[in-house]
Amino acid sequence: MSAPTEGPLKTTPLHAAHIAAGARMVPFAGYDMPVQYPEGVLKEHLWCREHAGLFDVSHMGQARLRGVAPLSAFEEMVPGDFIGLKPGRQKYSVLLNRAGGIVDDLMAGRPDDDGLFVVVNGACKDNDFAVIAEELGGQVKIERLENRALLALQGPEAAAVMGDLCPAVAGMVFMDVRALAGFGTDLIVSRSGYTGEDGYEISMPAAEAARIWTALTADPRVKPIGLGARDSLRLEAGLPLYGHDLDETVSPVEGDLTFAINKNRREQRDFPGAARIIKELAEGPTRIRVALRVVEGAPAREGAEIADAAGAVIGIVTSGGYSPILKGGIALGFVGPAHAAVGTRLKVIVRGKAQAAEVVKAPFVPHRYVRKL
Amino acid sequence: MRFTKDHEWVEVDGDVATIGITAYAAEQLGDVVFVETPDVGKTVKAGDGFAVVESVKAASDVYAPISGEVVAANAALSDAPETVNAAPEAAGWFAKVKLANPAEVDALMDRHAYEEYLATL
Repeated sequence: MSAPTEGPLKTTPLHAAHIAAGARMVPFAGYDMPVQYPEGVLKEHLWCREHAGLFDVSHMGQARLRGVAPLSAFEEMVPGDFIGLKPGRQKYSVLLNRAGGIVDDLMAGRPDDDGLFVVVNGACKDNDFAVIAEELGGQVKIERLENRALLALQGPEAAAVMGDLCPAVAGMVFMDVRALAGFGTDLIVSRSGYTGEDGYEISMPAAEAARIWTALTADPRVKPIGLGARDSLRLEAGLPLYGHDLDETVSPVEGDLTFAINKNRREQRDFPGAARIIKELAEGPTRIRVALRVVEGAPAREGAEIADAAGAVIGIVTSGGYSPILKGGIALGFVGPAHAAVGTRLKVIVRGKAQAAEVVKAPFVPHRYVRKL
Repeated sequence: MRFTKDHEWVEVDGDVATIGITAYAAEQLGDVVFVETPDVGKTVKAGDGFAVVESVKAASDVYAPISGEVVAANAALSDAPETVNAAPEAAGWFAKVKLANPAEVDALMDRHAYEEYLATL
């Protein structure tokens, strides 16, 4: 979904902190958000890869699903195994429409005994929560957590920073989620993120957000990171961005998200669009999301055509840009299965010029998730 | 040196104009990671897009402030695009153009007028 374009922009509880830090603010998902701080996108990107970056992602939608068997009620909308989700764990999934297209991608987890905790994209949240509420029926209720902020602390020094400032996270590994006490308040913390780095996403009462932001940014290992570097970091990590790489027409098989379709659900075939998705799993999809390294010339950005070696257009870039780590162009895009194998040499058309590109294995920059301690 | 409202600068030496982007433009763009300069021999018209400068986040057009034939392009920018940030109004020049109509230069802002314009932004 694209960002709402009408009405006044909303602000997060950290709006004044961004302004005070000298951020350049832009409209994003209906909010006035920091695209970069004075050091700029490139330095912010590299800082997050080397130290720890702090992101205000309070525009994202947080909600609880509570009632009789919320996990099984939620399963009816997604292809993941949530009935089997253990307490203290979260899972990436996709909300599906009846045609098997992706309404949004999301995280859902069990931080405590209080039902399911769900985080969705900011630009999609109103629609998502309406869709979920409609599908739930009477036994399970969705409650939006409008009075909570969300921060992400990402990077190789994130764990050391949290160890010092929020020691209750001790023992957590990648995709663990816990309700815990930290920074003098009640938090929901997951060890996850959107950069490919180790790190945490921290949900907190909105009234506590500015104080916690100040405490974290006071640490010399931590710098605030804007939306510009958030995008270049997630792109290097090969992670799709909803509204660009994924939309209501893209199935999880086309989106290269088959890991989110769990084995028991494939056997049960009981999720929306299962007929299409099971068929695509068996026979292959007609198009698939691939990662492309642009070997020469300018970065290929969203909308650039992808051509085969002979020059015939066979696909389109859905997000792309410059990789500060690889010092060159990287992109995600869709091509037919004949052109999707790693190592396939293709062209990207940038301002009329056909530039050499190659299908590579995602991620572009290795993930550094901490899966065990 | 003369300036445009699109934040290009022009420095004339004889009948050749050196063209680049201003310090203000470079600061607004942020770290430059790629520059596409025009081919030598190409004829450009004032107001045409004639180069592209890219930051991590976006690609931006650079418009020709004057008309003429491109007689040189700054090849050093392909290996060191960061020069545009380090020295936008000197070593970070984009191209040299042989003036087709020297009167076009007179229509551009001088530094004082450009600084007054910047103050309105």
